[in-house]
Amino acid sequence: MDYAGYDRERGIVSAKIVIAGGFGVGKTTLVGAVSEITPLTTEALLTTAGAGIDDRSKVPGKETTTVAMDFGRITMAEDLILYLFGTPGQTRFWFMWDELVRGAVGAVVLVDTRRITDAFAPLDYFERQNLPYLVALNCFEGARTYEVDEVREALAIPPDVPLLMTDARRRDAVKETLIEVVEHAMRALREEYGRGSPTPVA
Amino acid sequence: MEPPHGDPRGALVRPYAVTRGRTEPSRHIALEAVLTASERAVAEARFAGHDKYRIAQICQSAPQSLAEIAAYTRLPLGVARVIVADMVGEGLLTLHSAAPAQRYEERMELLERVLSGLRRL
Ligand SMILES: Nc1nc2c(ncn2[C@@H]2O[C@H](COP(=O)(O)OP(=O)(O)O)[C@@H](O)[C@H]2O)c(=O)[nH]1
Ligand SMILES: [Mg+2]
Repeated sequence: MDYAGYDRERGIVSAKIVIAGGFGVGKTTLVGAVSEITPLTTEALLTTAGAGIDDRSKVPGKETTTVAMDFGRITMAEDLILYLFGTPGQTRFWFMWDELVRGAVGAVVLVDTRRITDAFAPLDYFERQNLPYLVALNCFEGARTYEVDEVREALAIPPDVPLLMTDARRRDAVKETLIEVVEHAMRALREEYGRGSPTPVA
Repeated sequence: MEPPHGDPRGALVRPYAVTRGRTEPSRHIALEAVLTASERAVAEARFAGHDKYRIAQICQSAPQSLAEIAAYTRLPLGVARVIVADMVGEGLLTLHSAAPAQRYEERMELLERVLSGLRRL
């Protein structure tokens, strides 16, 4: 079958949102809560030096290791697909993060309030990127419930970065979180172009 | 800088054997870039080797991203990228949305479409 459902000039467009955070914060759970497919895993081969053999810095004789990224998919229209990519657990593979964030709509930094310091490295990373992101507190049961303001202060989250609560297992909560990311990205885009108020697209 | 076409040795040889040792794709393909294969392309890919035929089949029933192709074929991402880039060059796959939107209006329209797609979830 050929695809009749898209404009041949423009083709099928895809967008992606990055889900970042430390190991076990609920990234895969969050992706699975809204994805139409069971989260898939893609593996990239790396040398142990941390350089990608994909980016030609091959080191003959060095051992290779794999970095796994999982992701999900939401087909929004015949010509529009949204992908959700979870970052690899090991934060030392920063260059894989660079590939993930390139061209992304925005990012969610998931935080487990029981292990708040795990969020330092991902937050540092996104502060240095030119990508709209927000911070979402994943509400594990039995977790000490911090005030949102306490978390903002403890993690030194800048005032213009949205901070909200979510539940990675609940589809409606995840949906709201992703909506916030896109709305935040729209605000950032308007600002980038110096268009203060919501401008209807002509 | 390493020479771009230096031969990978040792542990690197096996995964890249299917690309005859090439680790550089002929064009960059983003993880989320979507690919499709026409019925004619799938028929042609039948004679292009096992991996290419599988990839063409995967992209025939529904558009698939590079990430999905790598996951379904269990090929490492870098290997899948080399093969997929070649297939695009050979006309076996159509690469969609190769260039990300640059203009304000285009970028805003994409965000608006994603937003309404999420609201419909
Ligand atoms: N109680 C509770 N458990 C969760 C929540 N999110 C994830 N989990 C569990 O935490 C573990 C790690 O989640 P996972 O999504 O694999 O984390 P990842 O390493 O960030 O991908 C799994 O056993 C999940 O079932 C949550 O919101 N509440
Ligand atoms: Mg995971």
